[in-house]
Amino acid sequence: MSAPTAPIEPGSTTAAPASSAPDTADRGQGGVELSSVTKRFGDTVAVDDLTLSVASGEFFSMLGPSGSGKTTVLRLIAGFEEVTSGTIAIAGTDVTQAAPFDRTVNTVFQDYALFPHMTIAENVAYGLRVRKVGKAEQQQRVAAALEQVRLSHVADRLPHQLSGGQRQRIALARALILQPRVLLLDEPLGALDKQLREQMQIELKQIQREVGITFIFVTHDQEEALTLSDRIAVFNNGRVEQVGTPREVYEYPQTAFVAGFLGISNLIDAAHAERLTGVAKAISVRPERVRLMDARTEPAAHESCIDGTIVETVYTGPTTRYIVDTADGLRVIAERHNDHAPSDTAPYHRGDAVRAVWVTEHAAVVP
Amino acid sequence: MTVTASPSAPRAAQSKPLSTLLYRHRWLRLAGLLSLPLTWLVGLYIVSLVLLLVTAFWFIDPFTSKVIPGFTLENFALVFSEPAYITTSLRTLGIALAVTLLSAAFAIPLGIFMAKLASPWLRAVLAVAITLPLWAGYLVKILAMRITFTEEGFFNWLMAPFGISGPGFSILTVVLTLTYLWFPYMALPVYTAIRQIPVNLFDASADLGARGFTTIRTVVLPLLWPALLAGSVFTFSLSLGDYIVARFVGGANAQMIGSIIASNINLNPPVAAAFSVIPIAFVVIYLVVTRRTGALERM
Repeated sequence: MSAPTAPIEPGSTTAAPASSAPDTADRGQGGVELSSVTKRFGDTVAVDDLTLSVASGEFFSMLGPSGSGKTTVLRLIAGFEEVTSGTIAIAGTDVTQAAPFDRTVNTVFQDYALFPHMTIAENVAYGLRVRKVGKAEQQQRVAAALEQVRLSHVADRLPHQLSGGQRQRIALARALILQPRVLLLDEPLGALDKQLREQMQIELKQIQREVGITFIFVTHDQEEALTLSDRIAVFNNGRVEQVGTPREVYEYPQTAFVAGFLGISNLIDAAHAERLTGVAKAISVRPERVRLMDARTEPAAHESCIDGTIVETVYTGPTTRYIVDTADGLRVIAERHNDHAPSDTAPYHRGDAVRAVWVTEHAAVVP
Repeated sequence: MTVTASPSAPRAAQSKPLSTLLYRHRWLRLAGLLSLPLTWLVGLYIVSLVLLLVTAFWFIDPFTSKVIPGFTLENFALVFSEPAYITTSLRTLGIALAVTLLSAAFAIPLGIFMAKLASPWLRAVLAVAITLPLWAGYLVKILAMRITFTEEGFFNWLMAPFGISGPGFSILTVVLTLTYLWFPYMALPVYTAIRQIPVNLFDASADLGARGFTTIRTVVLPLLWPALLAGSVFTFSLSLGDYIVARFVGGANAQMIGSIIASNINLNPPVAAAFSVIPIAFVVIYLVVTRRTGALERM
């Protein structure tokens, strides 16, 4: 608030161009703290008493279905929306009341939001231009930023002449050129097709490692969140259901929603679980941890099992999924790697009576 | 189905000879399409304009005041040498430009408010409010302005306690009245263009460090440029050709090109015709300039 533009442009004083090394120490302080943040739109509560802490340099994902409040949180951090109550601090400074142009964050928008009347170079230079950075330095830094996303050859084109993936990278370059402490990404890969998306995921991860700043990444794609993130916050109905590393939220879901939203989960309710394990607590077990056996084979002592009939088999390429219904109305999905000879069909078929088995302690207790 | 289908198939092939004829002859189709509008355009529009231009080279008999066909450049010489005529031409140009600038200055903030900030209900109300003046008669609006700005009028009555007296009937009042008349032609294209600017361009600009005015200057105005030019073609050319406003709210010193043409129409038609070329020339120059920017493609 007091010195709005000073911390944003350390590069302009050092005159050294480039994006990476020289001022990493200065930008080390890129944490984001949200305390009891609530946002209402009329009667709708978009974000409900949210407290969240993102560490400096972290790749932090906000994952949730549409309407879960994750994008609103991003817009609150960027300053496009005002909180109804609560506080937001970026790099230790309270920015709750600060305008977007006074915050040391930059945003990559979902549909890129490139200025249609400006060339690619002018788009990337925009932040420097409004900060009145000298022409020579602008050119130097734009060249470096375009180099970083490997698009130097499109500098003189207009945004509509670029492909979706290229526009995405330009949006990234435009945001990174200001060397923000925190980069906010609002479903940046949502509009790309699957192959390009996977390629961009790797690129994003590399760029984040290179520049070493905090990335806050909004997505509804659980696989994307698992692939990219250091930590994930799973959103539902304006609240955070769970925060943790990809492994934590996937293997140890704290709520039924998290278990169901991240991948396929066999959620076994408390009553059934009690019969199986003796403890009346719901459990979640992932399909890839469930094996199928002949119904007459005895499981080992450390394993749990349920008997049922295969009602459907789903061939997905690398794996085959078996949907097994038990006599008492439970449905269990088992996933099996197709490691048999390619010419063979899978060893189990629809209608087979089978026993679904898993190592008891591989099932996560859902509190 | 089969019963009804079989007799209808041959009939479709035989009947409607006109359609078949038109289908076979491309020129007939074009003629059918264009004969009416072309008669209108060429017969009335262009021929009458050409007649006007031709008249500008004729002269009148000084004794009988009868128009005599011939060829003289004296009418043009008069238009370009008579100081009063030159002043009037420049004044008219100035008024038309002022009306255009004033309309744009009102339309841009209003358009931003309507397109990006107003609730849907308020937006609808404002859209009606902008277009409402178009529904009222032209003279009605001029008389309304006359009543407002006359010596004992509403404006002077309202401002008297503050010791302010209004512009009366003057060039300023002419500019205000013309703006009042033609503002919708500027406001609507500008509003439509602002609506088409994605909201996140405003967000992106703020995100990259630009304050409100910088965003308007660097993002909104460039994207609005075609709409502004399209609107200005209307405000500019309509103001250029007007003379009734000058007559009713202009007072003694606000004569426009139209005023002079009007007073010469009966007295000296060739001079009136020669003078008519001036606003046409202004508009043509304006259109050529705007055409270069590609703005007319949006109209």
